[in-house]
Amino acid sequence: MFASTMNLNKTLSYLKRYWVLYVMLILPIAFFITFRYIPMHYILIAFKKYSIVQSPWEMAWADNNGMQYFIQAFNNRDFLYALRNTLMLNLLDLIFGFPAPIILALILNELVFKRFKRFTQTVVYLPHFLSWIIISGMALQLLAPTNGLVNILLNRMGYSSIPFLNDPAWWVATYVALGIWQSVGWNTIIYLAAITGINPELYEAASVDGAGRFRKIWHVTLPGLRPTIIVLLILSLGHILSSEFDRPYALSNKLVTEVSNVISIFVYNYGIRGLNFSLSTAVGLFQSVVCVIFLFAANALAKRFGERGIW
Amino acid sequence: MVKTRSAKIGDWVVVFLCVIMIIVCLVPVLNIAARSLSSADALIRNEVLLWPKGWNLDAYTTVLGDSKYTWSLTWTAILTVICTVWSLFMTILCAYPLIYDLKGKKFFVGLILFTMYFNAGTIPMYLLLKELHLLNNPLVLIIPNCLSVFYVIILRSFLYTIPDSLRESAEIDGAGPLRILVNVYLPLSTPVLATLALFYAVGRWNGFSDALMFMNDRKYYPIQLLLYNILNSINSIEVATQEGFTTPGLSETIKAATVMFATVPILFVYPWLQRYFIAGVTLGAVKG
Repeated sequence: MFASTMNLNKTLSYLKRYWVLYVMLILPIAFFITFRYIPMHYILIAFKKYSIVQSPWEMAWADNNGMQYFIQAFNNRDFLYALRNTLMLNLLDLIFGFPAPIILALILNELVFKRFKRFTQTVVYLPHFLSWIIISGMALQLLAPTNGLVNILLNRMGYSSIPFLNDPAWWVATYVALGIWQSVGWNTIIYLAAITGINPELYEAASVDGAGRFRKIWHVTLPGLRPTIIVLLILSLGHILSSEFDRPYALSNKLVTEVSNVISIFVYNYGIRGLNFSLSTAVGLFQSVVCVIFLFAANALAKRFGERGIW
Repeated sequence: MVKTRSAKIGDWVVVFLCVIMIIVCLVPVLNIAARSLSSADALIRNEVLLWPKGWNLDAYTTVLGDSKYTWSLTWTAILTVICTVWSLFMTILCAYPLIYDLKGKKFFVGLILFTMYFNAGTIPMYLLLKELHLLNNPLVLIIPNCLSVFYVIILRSFLYTIPDSLRESAEIDGAGPLRILVNVYLPLSTPVLATLALFYAVGRWNGFSDALMFMNDRKYYPIQLLLYNILNSINSIEVATQEGFTTPGLSETIKAATVMFATVPILFVYPWLQRYFIAGVTLGAVKG
């Protein structure tokens, strides 16, 4: 009895002191519940026959034990293309885009002129702040077959014009290149921060042992970056099936849809424009689930190799 | 330490590589600026590279004289300010209580973090917004994405770096959590708040997919979506007739000028915040 009044008093004084904090949390938590959790109940329609007048709970189950729309998706040519394109573009981004900021960070780190280094950093961060619409606008003008800067220069050097944005194969290359252009500078920030955390005595010791620039990069800087590289690699592997919307949508055009339609664009076309809610929700759910699995798998893999992982 | 000759050459090779990088980053912006300032004829004759030919401001005066553009720019500016203020407010509300050892903190943190790994997807969001009567409502561009888990993590990590002793001494003086937030924590976190404001503002200024999916009312199109529609009209002659211009070349310079209008505000803001956002990004990466 006595103990419980003590507890009650403690709780009361605790609440008296901290109730404001709970009040503060009301709005954010309400936001997460409303806009992140409540939408989840609509996932049910991936397994049900969509009906505009019923709630997702009431709708009738789809055929084939509710799996009708998943079967339909995997028999849909557009979806299979979208799946292939998502994997292909993300894989190319990983192969070419992942090492790029590491290399640039190593170069920036070797710069001895401090003010020039700052200026370079400011400039290479710039593309990160441009929207994909703007980048696409610049690319359209810069890479235009007849009057774009790049093709004018190619023509003047005696080469014929390249259809950077109008030929599927060239479009893929341009997509990856523009992705690197946009993000390479920004992604150096994390690596540069990790480099400053490397013990300078290691460099001195390496110098004493007669190591040159490249040996210091190879034996000191890169090992120092290893944990950062692993964590970021896990995150990218986890996102191998996630698809951006802005970038492929802004860069795409009618001539290249066979390579530019990714899953997010498929969902937009079939769901919001085509009103196939059940099918596009099924596709979205498939994507989300695979993403979560990949993320956990990549993390487990990293731990197995003795790295820290992201959790 | 005295440098050897090969080390010095190496230093200049590094400078050379950086200069190439700078050129690669700046050329597209310079090219578009040059196009926007050139005469339509020079553009058609492919004479414009990085420096304007036939200097004139026609494209800019046309854009500024067209209420469609000026309204879209104004609306996007208003939207950006509202979104930034509201998002920042929500982020503080979310991050600050979670640095205390609250009862139920684990639950709240779990609830928030889970949404980073799994989300319902586009269509469920669309159906929810429809249910809430937010489709085609200007609020749809503000509310559904006003809070980013990642930025909450950044802010919370920063607040954790402020020593507890400051808070404890304020508590001894009788200050409540709200007072401590306003008088101790917020003044100390201006750098990270500036960074988050920049991220939220740039996100809204550059965003268009939410408007594309959830907004059919052309009046509320943000500048990026308007720009997309202009840039992707099938060819310049068609745009020219649609927009009522007689010379097709002019529409090309106008495209360039519109891109400039959408770009320049960002060019003026981000370099000043560079020192801060580097700290912000690093903080999020280490503790996230």
